Amino acid sequence: MEQILKIERIEKYYGNKSSLTKAIDNISFEVDKGEFVAIMGASGSGKTTLLNCISTIDRVTSGHIFVSGQDITKLKGNALNKFRREELGFIFQDFNLLETLTAYENIALALSIQNVKAREIDSRIRDVAEKLEITEVLKKYPYQMSGGQKQRVASARAIITKPKMIMADEPTGALDSKAAKMLLERFGYLNQALEATILMVTHDAFTASYSSRVIFIKDGKIFNEIYRGGDSRKVYFNKIIDVVTVLGGDLNDAL
Amino acid sequence: MMLFKLSLKNIQKSIKDYAIYFFTLILGVAVFYVFNAIESQTVLLNVTSNTKDLIKLMTNILSGVSVFVSFVLGFLIIYASRFLVKRRNKEFGVYLTLGMGKRKVSMILFFETILIGIISLAVGLLLGTVLSQFMSLLVANMFEADMTDYAFTFSRSAMFKTFIYFGIMYVLVMIFNTRLVSKCKLIDLLHAGKKSEKVRMKNPVLCTLVFAAACGILGYAYWKVTGGIYRMSDEKDIFIPIILGVIGTFLVFWSLSGLLLRIVMSMKGLYYKKLNSFTLRQISSKINTMVFSMTVICLMLFFTICILSSALSIKNFMNDNLRELAPADIQFEYAYEPEQEKLTVEELLKQKGLNVDEVFKEKFLFDTYMFDEVTFQTTLGSSYDDAQNNYSFLGYTAREEFMKLSDYNRLAELYGMPEYTLEEDEYMVIADFDSSVEIRNAALKNGETIRIGDVEYRPKYKKCKKGILQLAGNHVNAGYFVIPDSAETDGHNARNYLVANYNAGNEEEKIKIEAEISERMAWNDGDPENSYWISYNTMLDIKEASIGLGAMVTFIGLYLGIIFLISGAAILALKELSESTDNRERYCVLRKIGTDEKVINRALFKQIGIFFLVPLILAGIHSVFGIKFCNSILETFGKDEMLKSVGMTSVFLIAIYGGYFLITYFCSKEIIKERK
Repeated sequence: MEQILKIERIEKYYGNKSSLTKAIDNISFEVDKGEFVAIMGASGSGKTTLLNCISTIDRVTSGHIFVSGQDITKLKGNALNKFRREELGFIFQDFNLLETLTAYENIALALSIQNVKAREIDSRIRDVAEKLEITEVLKKYPYQMSGGQKQRVASARAIITKPKMIMADEPTGALDSKAAKMLLERFGYLNQALEATILMVTHDAFTASYSSRVIFIKDGKIFNEIYRGGDSRKVYFNKIIDVVTVLGGDLNDAL
Repeated sequence: MMLFKLSLKNIQKSIKDYAIYFFTLILGVAVFYVFNAIESQTVLLNVTSNTKDLIKLMTNILSGVSVFVSFVLGFLIIYASRFLVKRRNKEFGVYLTLGMGKRKVSMILFFETILIGIISLAVGLLLGTVLSQFMSLLVANMFEADMTDYAFTFSRSAMFKTFIYFGIMYVLVMIFNTRLVSKCKLIDLLHAGKKSEKVRMKNPVLCTLVFAAACGILGYAYWKVTGGIYRMSDEKDIFIPIILGVIGTFLVFWSLSGLLLRIVMSMKGLYYKKLNSFTLRQISSKINTMVFSMTVICLMLFFTICILSSALSIKNFMNDNLRELAPADIQFEYAYEPEQEKLTVEELLKQKGLNVDEVFKEKFLFDTYMFDEVTFQTTLGSSYDDAQNNYSFLGYTAREEFMKLSDYNRLAELYGMPEYTLEEDEYMVIADFDSSVEIRNAALKNGETIRIGDVEYRPKYKKCKKGILQLAGNHVNAGYFVIPDSAETDGHNARNYLVANYNAGNEEEKIKIEAEISERMAWNDGDPENSYWISYNTMLDIKEASIGLGAMVTFIGLYLGIIFLISGAAILALKELSESTDNRERYCVLRKIGTDEKVINRALFKQIGIFFLVPLILAGIHSVFGIKFCNSILETFGKDEMLKSVGMTSVFLIAIYGGYFLITYFCSKEIIKERK
């Protein structure tokens, strides 16, 4: 398997010498192409910081992050934007759709900032909309859509640029359980049918059970790691719950 | 004390939000001071007493205008401060949840207003003092006074006036802020800004129709004030195009965003290029939400452009045309009274004790004639009906004034105008008042004849010849006829004129002679039987009056124009800045999906630029017709003056409007910057 992401002993400190907070404390792991990795942890465990560092929204204090062999911790300025624009797709908890644009235009924006021609934009949007079952809401504005629809539009925007990796930060956080289930099934489809590599941060065991691997983080360190392997989702879910129970803390609240 | 510290910190923290507010206040204070300090600057000028009176009148009018200006500025300041207070709803919400009373929150605002007031007054006065030094140059130039004894001036009275006026405005702001705080509910404060925006697309077909209608209305209004201007018979008629213009402007802004969006959206290549779709949506939603303010701003800009260019060109014009309009030092006119002895002006002057031969270097005395049967109406012949339709306000029953050719030619020699010859049965018309010229030309073209005694006279030329009889400040010679010397005029002598140049080497001697004349003219021997009413015009009077009028109009125009410009630009800037704060999230999203900083900044620049340009462009189009209209009612502008003054107006526009645009852009850029 081709290796997409390689993280080497990264650390992220906040604060000053007198009161130092280690948000990430020496984390290393790898992600192969086509993997669906969930990162779990309680609030303040450092999982969102980790995602932000990988997505270059935040900078690491030390260590290296390689995406397809390229060290992204060395990128600066516009090269960073270019990397983010061309190699990554983002899905956020609060959707982050532009309220003034229709679903279609929101998705188109990801392509138009890459200077893709209008005609090509159209055919690609039709294609991805079908896969995510949002063809009928393309003309609507975000305020006219349900949460689930919004999140699928955001997902369409994330994958339309054919990124190497999709970064999802609590994608089901603002959805009801039915919408969440539907979104996750779409994620599974993207992952299996299109071989999309997905890195998802969540504190919800149910959401995590759709992944192929879960990395647990506690106090900025990797606490545990489980692979789904050939397990059914139910068995996998129970395994996750077991780790969460051991992990304790806030995560119990999420159950 | 704690509250005071909090206020201080708040201002430091939100200095970016307050930049526009400060800028506006400082400019307002400075402009207010500069125009109220003119009085103290003119005291030092070396000018005649007549000019002094004019300056006094001007400063009185300016202080009257100041009251109006203070109202405009007061509304602007209250609007701006409400805007800023609303922006901080959340902050106040936090104070209230912490248990701070509403009174204390009001106190915070109170301290802030005082602080801002003191700082802006100080800086504004400083700026005003510097600017007013330049102003004194302009004042001296206007009144043609020499600047040899120039001194740095600072006007205490203007300073106190500024303190009082702005003090009142700040007190009003405090009252409004207090009311604003006391009325609001905690829940609204905390949730302010979380409202999700609903995007309403207007029906494109309706937008197109409304836009077409707006264009039609504006077109009609434009035609009314230019092509159709001569059809206006009543002063009230001017309100029709004004009202139509306001309605048309409103409709344009109402429909513009929808139409623009539709047009660009249909051009897919353009719409889906870089951030164009985003930018366009931002603009259109902004224009949509502030149709009314856009209309007001556009009209303000329109007035500014018209006022400034007209005011500046009046001044330019008046200086340039003085030589043409007042080519001799003095001109007397005496209308013969039927029951009085027919004495000439010269004889009358001698009677009053003026040594005519000593004070006048050259002089020319002549009579004009009138005939009961020759009136304005009869000279027009068949073209009278047209004239009556187009210019119903002119008096058509007045008798025409005639002058003999040899008299005219001697007068022309004195005035430096062309001389003419006439055949025994020819006449010609001398006029320079545009509407009269137009009417008379129609009659001359028809070859309308005039009958005097037994002789029928026909026009020599198909057009009026340019020229004057009386000295005047404007082109107001409605026309007089020149006929051959042989014409039968006995017993029809109507008026006697004396035109003369003073026996003087320089301006000071002229002033002295003129003082003597005016003293002599006021004198009579107390017998009402012997009171002859002689009117006279002098070049010095006309010059002073025209300079005074020009200066007055220029200063008032500058004053109002600058204030309007500041108000319009400030409202736009505030609106844009508040939007930028609301839109910070959106720019964050753009950044997260990987848009380059440069692309974002360019989109922001485009968006603010278009937002500022739209009202300016429409105002510019309005102004083309507005200025034309001013031109045709004042009938005093030449093309060159117009170009000059339009150029000057552009300088003001670019400096103030452009300044606001740049500040808005840089502040917005700062606001949407990524915060780590």
